[in-house]
Amino acid sequence: MKLLEMLGYYNYWVFAILLAIGLYAVIRKTNLIKKLIGLSIFQSAVFLMYITMDKVEGGTAPIIQAGVENPIFSNPLPQVLILTAIVVGVSTLSLGLAMVVRIKECYGTIEENEILDAD
Amino acid sequence: MIDLALDIMSWILLTVGGACVLIGGIGGLRLPNFYTRIHAASLTDTMATLLIFVGIILQSGFTLASLKLFAIMLFLLLTGPTATYALANAALLSGLKPGPGRSGLKPDAGTAKDKTKENAPE
Amino acid sequence: MIYIFALFLLTLLVITAVAIVRTEDLFVSVILTSIFSLLMAINFFILDAADVALTEAAVGAGVTTVIFLCALALTGDQEKPQKEGQNRGQKVALVVVGFLALLIIYSTFDNPRLGDPDAPVHQHVAPWYLEKTPEYMDFPNVVTAILSSFRGYDTLGEVFVVFAACIGVLFILGVSPPRKSLQVSVRKSGLRHHLIPQVVGRLLIPFIVLFGLYTQFHGEYGPGGGFQAGALIATGVILYALLEGEAEALRAVPRRVLLGMVVGGALLYGSVGVVCMLMGGSFLDYSVLAADPVWGQQLGILIIEAGVGMAVCGALLSIFHAFAARERLT
Repeated sequence: MKLLEMLGYYNYWVFAILLAIGLYAVIRKTNLIKKLIGLSIFQSAVFLMYITMDKVEGGTAPIIQAGVENPIFSNPLPQVLILTAIVVGVSTLSLGLAMVVRIKECYGTIEENEILDAD
Repeated sequence: MIDLALDIMSWILLTVGGACVLIGGIGGLRLPNFYTRIHAASLTDTMATLLIFVGIILQSGFTLASLKLFAIMLFLLLTGPTATYALANAALLSGLKPGPGRSGLKPDAGTAKDKTKENAPE
Repeated sequence: MIYIFALFLLTLLVITAVAIVRTEDLFVSVILTSIFSLLMAINFFILDAADVALTEAAVGAGVTTVIFLCALALTGDQEKPQKEGQNRGQKVALVVVGFLALLIIYSTFDNPRLGDPDAPVHQHVAPWYLEKTPEYMDFPNVVTAILSSFRGYDTLGEVFVVFAACIGVLFILGVSPPRKSLQVSVRKSGLRHHLIPQVVGRLLIPFIVLFGLYTQFHGEYGPGGGFQAGALIATGVILYALLEGEAEALRAVPRRVLLGMVVGGALLYGSVGVVCMLMGGSFLDYSVLAADPVWGQQLGILIIEAGVGMAVCGALLSIFHAFAARERLT
């Protein structure tokens, strides 16, 4: 059925739209903290795509229970990659925010056009 | 027989809990100012938590999972109203006066800076 | 049936993202980002990724929001509105971004449909991992097995990235501000009129730390592991710092202890690898750590998960204290 197939792609469409929204915030907004928030939306969209790829129909979380015969599991490999990526994401975000705080102290503003004018 | 009774009980509890969430949500959108909207949010915090969790505990019987669910329910019942109190406290300290009608406008710039200074850990 | 709920959640994600970008008040943006992370965590859980959902909820909706709010308290609250002459740039940006979205949507039509068990991604390495975990390691959680043992190098690199970020933030914010700040904070910091949150906080913080430790040691039997546990324990201490004031939290867990935890965690992970080499295996091959290879794997995984938990907890707390101790220039 065509409609059900289309709905199966909805995750990927939301991934594309979130990517676009995050990228728009990074390109267009002049406030540095808004750019960082847009970057974190971009990151979360990529995580969504990876985890979408790992679902198997009728599967469960990949935890082996004793006594259950021949179960179907979802793919554990993208989950491992995304687990690493989330923690790395928060590390780089905190580093970026530290730089924004220092920029504010040195230039007095965190709007990009005013910083470029002051240079 | 007892299974059927448990099923019906948990159906009723879950449905009424869901209705509480819906009423809380509508209240959060339609009520005029900030302090009345907090009342609507606290309905979701307490009443809906109790009903939905007891409904799920009845479904899962007498296993370890019900003990964990009970612990989560206790945690939510403790922290939900505390968060509501902290919100209302912060609003009062930053100059938003409780009163009738639409007083949901932002306080002016002077008091907004006070809010960030007081609540930021220094 | 649950897919209708998932569709609804995805739509809510898009609406929240649009609201985040469009609002001008940065405080509102940060709180909406926290809600966005929570919706993403629920979505991950629906897609059967329990570990990832736990990490996203603990790290994304918890720690990221606190760090953003600390940074906001040190910079400004409001974003300046765009000037009038830049509207042409807005149309160009919208067109470029819209074109990119359409291109990606068009390219995803070639993807296998959601949940197809014959998709190429499920064919090569993943069934091998699922088969070999009971044989090599004999514990239930396959994600922890892959993370700590089959792909241990990646996790080692990640611990080093967290360590580097902590050192970087301490360097950048270790320089004192250029002008002498006008306000000297002599009063006790923390919430005003704080009796009710303090009482509830004192009740709950031991249980939060206990749950963090439970998650750490049960990482092999259910969703959990070092990263989630480190984030949870850091959240408990941050709650204490928010309620009682930052000086009290520094008395409870001093800076030396935090630095020791970060360095100790990274060193522990690396030294387990070196010890494995010294005992005759390759780097990070835990089977040589004990007489029985299965027990050796379990011992190795236990030790490195402890290392990861210590490193993540220490790094997040150091970053929080670096932001919170900064005096605000008025």
